[in-house]
Amino acid sequence: MEKLASEHAETVRRIVVGLKGRPGPLIEVLHAIQAELGYVPPAAVPLVASELNLSRAEVHGVVSFYHFFRGTPPGAHTVSVCRAESCQAVGGQALAAHAQQRLGVDFHETTPDGRFSLEPVYCLGNCACSPAVMIDGRLHGRVTPERFDALLTDVDRKR
Amino acid sequence: MTFTVYVPRDAGALSLGAGEVAHAIAREATARGLELQLIRNGSRGAYWLEPLVEVATPRGRVAYGPVSVGDVPALFDADFLTGGTHSRSLGLTDSIAWLASQQRLTFARVGIVDPASVADYVVHGGYQGLRRALAMSPEAVVEAVTGSGLRGRGGAAFPTGIKWKTVLEQPAGQKYVTCNADEGDSGTFSDRMLMEGDPLSLIEGMTIAGLAVGATQGYIYLRAEYPHAHRALTRAIAAAYQARYLGADVMGSGRRFDLEVRLGAGAYICGEETSMLESLEGRRGEVRVRPPLPAIKGLFGRPTIVNNVITLATVPTILHRGAEYYAGYGMGKSRGTLPMQLAGNIKRGGLVERAFGLTLRELLYDYGGGSASGRPLRAVQVGGPLGAYIPASQFDTLVDYEALGGIGALLGHGGVVAFDDTVDMARMARYAMEFCAIESCGKCTPCRIGSTRAMEVIDRIIEGRETQGNVRRLEELCELMVQGSLCGLGGMAPFPVQSALRHFREDFRIRS
Repeated sequence: MEKLASEHAETVRRIVVGLKGRPGPLIEVLHAIQAELGYVPPAAVPLVASELNLSRAEVHGVVSFYHFFRGTPPGAHTVSVCRAESCQAVGGQALAAHAQQRLGVDFHETTPDGRFSLEPVYCLGNCACSPAVMIDGRLHGRVTPERFDALLTDVDRKR
Repeated sequence: MTFTVYVPRDAGALSLGAGEVAHAIAREATARGLELQLIRNGSRGAYWLEPLVEVATPRGRVAYGPVSVGDVPALFDADFLTGGTHSRSLGLTDSIAWLASQQRLTFARVGIVDPASVADYVVHGGYQGLRRALAMSPEAVVEAVTGSGLRGRGGAAFPTGIKWKTVLEQPAGQKYVTCNADEGDSGTFSDRMLMEGDPLSLIEGMTIAGLAVGATQGYIYLRAEYPHAHRALTRAIAAAYQARYLGADVMGSGRRFDLEVRLGAGAYICGEETSMLESLEGRRGEVRVRPPLPAIKGLFGRPTIVNNVITLATVPTILHRGAEYYAGYGMGKSRGTLPMQLAGNIKRGGLVERAFGLTLRELLYDYGGGSASGRPLRAVQVGGPLGAYIPASQFDTLVDYEALGGIGALLGHGGVVAFDDTVDMARMARYAMEFCAIESCGKCTPCRIGSTRAMEVIDRIIEGRETQGNVRRLEELCELMVQGSLCGLGGMAPFPVQSALRHFREDFRIRS
């Protein structure tokens, strides 16, 4: 396993120390780490475990259980495409295929230039405006393949 | 003179451009030297009209929609700030038939109030329920909830009052009120809308629950996919603390109730109550074996109320208006109203709150206007990814817990996803098992392995390999999952598959 960069170790330690007094803090700690670093480095697991007095297996078990936590750095932009029934009812499958083709990656992957990560999501709660896509936390409804392309161009321009 | 304009900050409205419209209106007003009070309300739930802009006039609120950024200068030219006529005019919001015919009890304030303002909440009847509850004994509060007939709106439909009574009867000590806001069912968004549009009603409901059972700490377990709701809740909780509706001295009663939001991390299973408790404790969201019930041994091993957002947000109305008032709506054992959610391939999708007893057909055609594609509706899935597919021949079924149960379906959290005649039901059946395989917590074998095997068997059926034998195998596997799974995920994932096999056999190329 790669060693945790010292500045990352500092961040992780600060986060854990700040939250460890709260009841059941592990998931909050992981959220805070991912919010700052963009992911939960596997090398951070031993540090989190020792600070919270948990086993490494317990921490790894939690990180790997939840779809939201990622073990690799994300692309500059995260594109989540809804794969669930309501979106499927209005072209969600075709939109998902289009997203993969346009970005040239599969779900759970990041483009080689590091610009986009493509993630599946199972419902964004925008089912009256399906199909739905979320890009960097911004929700979009009634997304056609054409609109998808326009949205990508838009975020890419902002860098 | 200051004009009051409402532009929703609801995530769904934002997804259609409400944010840009709000900016454009503010910019245009500045350019024209007009003074505006721009209120970012929730959505009225008529999503086909979003972004829906409203202005306050002496006649009442006047609506325009759907409004795009390009419409804004012309709206100003048409004096929309005083209710002037424009091609986007919808007239008085209260006279829009789709809204006027609804019976909004839980959603009475959603889309109307400023979600971040305690003062506005109070002006619109907020905190009347808590005021009454504070003057009652805990037993009387629980009795009111029981008497209202309110059943868990998360999907399990368990009588809320009975759950509360169990927690109340546990010996004094640390108890908790938890709100399950892990609204993961596709086709549902009522929790999200409520948390974004009227978060204080949820906060008030949880406070009443805490006082009723002797709990001083509440947690809202919110799914990570809802960042807008997270912001709205955080703002509203801070405002409630500041106005002393939360904290050490709730409304000057000397009684404490604290509340915080905890974020989930993208696991559908955490909508199952024991899995949610595990997750709140910071662990893998694996289902607990029951008994003991959470009401006896819940969060951190203490007596805990676990209720859905809509359930808790309905409590203030029950306390304010009385149990009989609420129970006066509905039919049979399904009392009160249900916020139904129309989704998928539907022309006029959105939130429809009505007393139990509407037919699916009324919902799909009178409100929904039929399919968005213009093609015939062929099936609806009611109750999320674990709900049965219902064919058009059963659209006269009533929307209530017992009637849907009677045709082998379930109401769940009230989501209705419509499909037109291009849907391939064998593929939808496969998806149900694929979803179960992705989201299974892995604790019990029928769910963990059964879902993957079922997916493989459906693939063979779709490929036309040994169809009869594989259909039989699939039916047996479904039965095994229903009987042998630890919780509703594995136990109900077969429902969409079994219903697809029952009603849409032709899609499986079965000669019968």
